Amino acid sequence: MGAALQSAPWPLLLAGVDGRVRWVNTAATALLPGVDAGTPLARHAPSWLADAHARRDRQAAGAIAGRALRAEAAAADDTAGVLWWLREESDEGSAPHVPRTERERARFLADVSDALLACTDPRECRGSTALLAVRHLADAVVVVGAGRGARPPVAAAWRGGEVVHGRLAGNAAEVPGLAEALQGFPPVPSRWLDAAALPSWMLPEAFGGSGPDTGSDALGGSGASGGAESLDGPGSDGGSGVRGGPHSAGAPDSADAPSGFGDPGALMVTPLPGRGTPIGALVLIRRAGAEPFTEDDESLARLFAVRAAAALSAATLHTEQAAVAELLTRDTLRPGLRCVDGVEYAVGHRPADGELGVGGDFFDIGPASEAGGETHVVLGDVCGKGLEAAALTGRIRTALRALHLLEPDHQRLLRVLNAALLGTDHSRFATLVLASVSRRGDAVAVRLTSAGHPPPLIVRRGGGILAAPTHGTLIGALPEVSARTYETTLRPGEACLLYSDGVTEAKGGPLGTDRFGEERLRAALAECAGQPPEAIAERVQMLVADWLGGRRHDDIGLVVIAVPRRQGPPW
Amino acid sequence: MTPTATAPDGRAAPWAAALWHAVVAGDESTAADTGLAALEDGLDAECVLLDVIGAVQRRVGEEWAVNKLTVAQEHAATAINERVIAALSRPPGGTPPTPRPDAPPGARVRPGTQALSGSRAPSGTLGPSRITVACVDGEWHALPARLLAEVLALRGWRVDFLGAQVPTAHLIAHLRHTGADAVALSGSLVTRLPTAHAAISACRAAGVPVLAGGAAFGPGGRHAELLGADLWAGDARTAAARLTEGPPRRPVGPPFADEPLKHLLDQEYTLVSRSAPQLVRATLNGLRARFPALLDYTESQQQHTAEDVSQIVAFLGAALYVDDSGLFASFGRWTAAVLAARHVPVESLLHALDLLSAEVRDFPRAAAMIREGHEAVRTWQGGTGE
Repeated sequence: MGAALQSAPWPLLLAGVDGRVRWVNTAATALLPGVDAGTPLARHAPSWLADAHARRDRQAAGAIAGRALRAEAAAADDTAGVLWWLREESDEGSAPHVPRTERERARFLADVSDALLACTDPRECRGSTALLAVRHLADAVVVVGAGRGARPPVAAAWRGGEVVHGRLAGNAAEVPGLAEALQGFPPVPSRWLDAAALPSWMLPEAFGGSGPDTGSDALGGSGASGGAESLDGPGSDGGSGVRGGPHSAGAPDSADAPSGFGDPGALMVTPLPGRGTPIGALVLIRRAGAEPFTEDDESLARLFAVRAAAALSAATLHTEQAAVAELLTRDTLRPGLRCVDGVEYAVGHRPADGELGVGGDFFDIGPASEAGGETHVVLGDVCGKGLEAAALTGRIRTALRALHLLEPDHQRLLRVLNAALLGTDHSRFATLVLASVSRRGDAVAVRLTSAGHPPPLIVRRGGGILAAPTHGTLIGALPEVSARTYETTLRPGEACLLYSDGVTEAKGGPLGTDRFGEERLRAALAECAGQPPEAIAERVQMLVADWLGGRRHDDIGLVVIAVPRRQGPPW
Repeated sequence: MTPTATAPDGRAAPWAAALWHAVVAGDESTAADTGLAALEDGLDAECVLLDVIGAVQRRVGEEWAVNKLTVAQEHAATAINERVIAALSRPPGGTPPTPRPDAPPGARVRPGTQALSGSRAPSGTLGPSRITVACVDGEWHALPARLLAEVLALRGWRVDFLGAQVPTAHLIAHLRHTGADAVALSGSLVTRLPTAHAAISACRAAGVPVLAGGAAFGPGGRHAELLGADLWAGDARTAAARLTEGPPRRPVGPPFADEPLKHLLDQEYTLVSRSAPQLVRATLNGLRARFPALLDYTESQQQHTAEDVSQIVAFLGAALYVDDSGLFASFGRWTAAVLAARHVPVESLLHALDLLSAEVRDFPRAAAMIREGHEAVRTWQGGTGE
């Protein structure tokens, strides 16, 4: 290949019939890092290109790093291979490539599903939808989301431009057909919609043609482009919805400025159907002088909208669930305390595989309010998993924090907690273990009470292991509960392990059928005498994880309470 | 991501020696003081992390291999090293060292490591600066990853450190939540390579490029590329340097087909790993027939033997997964060295390989690997292998 081709400003890529790349020029390497002679095309190039190559198509279109691209097979023969020439869609700029034949439409809709399948974030999903629509359906597109506020989030794209995110700058009622679409009325035929009545803030000029970081003023003022949507999370700030390559941030080329868009000629508004109510709408605009929307175009746009809406629903649901799970488990699983009053704590947790990664285990460490006061530790497990379990753990934790302030006696406290739980939800119960820890000079006094939980193990300095003789009934199932508290003293270098039965019940080992069991746990702890609590927690977790060897398991939770040694070797 | 070289001028070595003594003595406060004193002496913060703490951690691993430390002691030493890092992050009234000048543009400093990372003001631009550092699920050697996290924070990255044994689902949720620009995945256990592969694929499918590091990815990182990682680095310094060149591009499109892993189609990996308990049982039964003395072992000794055999099968699975017979052979040499250090005759390992080889005789790749491993152990002359 010649030096001229090597330095050509367009990405060029020669691929053989075997699907392997034979040669690439510098521009192609910059566009598709990793692509090189000898590598399979499918490995570094997007599937739309690799698939087109495999089908021996002569042209293809898709996005790479947020740029809309068109690929054309410039020269092709079976021995030399196919020379793909990639250029920005914006180069052609004239009209959208509307799929007309049955075959083209089927492929378009399949491509849409592929492209949207990967989006798990609503913002990204709206961006991809805008990009796909502007490539195949219209000259300018605004994807309007259904926000809870007055200003729904939007993603806009126009021919030759980038995706811009923001919020609707004006009242939806000012956009012909939009309010109806957002309220779930049947779509208004395009010919009834007056494109000339579109408010200026819906037109590409209003997007300023500038990059997404600065250009969203017209769409709802400062700050609209980042994080304003409560469940989008911090990850969605900045950059275009289609995750940013170098072209999607920073100053745009002057060619990107939509100054030449002119007047709108045709308008179509299609709802994005949700469950019951629409989750947004698609506003498609064609230039004055361009073809109006035909009935075929409208039916294609509706099919497109159904797919986009399904992806958007799934993405919204996914994001909401992740946010809820995060919210519910944030404190439950990360007490975030390491040292209180000279006593050190470490926790370890691994939820069972399953619903949202939310298990039934919970922790709490309520630090002593004054020196010499009691720090209250709880490790518990509610029956069941998922959000329902997480909500119950939240209730129990809050109740325990309050009860600890009023009732120092573990047994009476458990009785009150039991009564409270019985009153609310008969189908759920919990097991837990309480530890109240207070400093007494060099040593530390500990009160331990188990309510249906495995008894805590105490690691004495010489390596002796004692199972605390405490036991009690589980909470929230029976009208009466009883428990026995064990009081002991931990001297420097000693520790106490609270653990859930996920540890001892872990099934696996070399033969795959044995329980980890208390004996193995005791043996592991005996080796850990005198060590920092996080070393003990890590050691136990590691042994259990190894024992499981990837098999399914129940929630595994542990808390180590340790009194630091006075300096000196632990062994 | 084990740091390799020591400081070019050798100034770190005396500090590493001092820290080693404090760490094996379990003397947390002296250990922390040593780290701080090294900083005050003018040693670069990165140097303290990689050439003092990192060097001590490597030595911990080496001493374990020659039976001078127990696994429990290895954990305790690591915990103290972790605490030294924590102490460096919050020195009592110490002067924070200056951050390195080669921070990426737009880099933001991770809150909470002020002593190490200085007080660089965020520059406000949304640069490609946020990275998640995590260990592969099942990987508990978190310290190399922790050191990388600290080094990246020093160099101005915004770092989320997730620690050891990160379940892949949790990792992906985190990446989506934080909008990470890249993820650094650390793995030192070869037997976790299939899990590492799943994690790499999932990260890339989520649009986040992956830098892989750690001993698990093999000499020169050859398994990293095979498993689809975008970048590989042999040690924390190289990893930081590679990332400073700019984070890798976001992967585009759906995940590619695993062309390089075509060998998995022969199902040998699947069959061996799924029948691992049966293979272990059969091998143990064979060993008992050859060595009736095994029957008199205590329960705990029997347990150890079973675990050793289980380890052989796990390595065989990993070698089949990445189709690397050298991996299994070097495991054989390494095991021979570890056994020798514990005064266990190497013959037992050869017998176990013999027995296992009979069990997998219908699997050509596995059988060839065991043959090669057997040969490596038989001709092993000392040293710790690769």
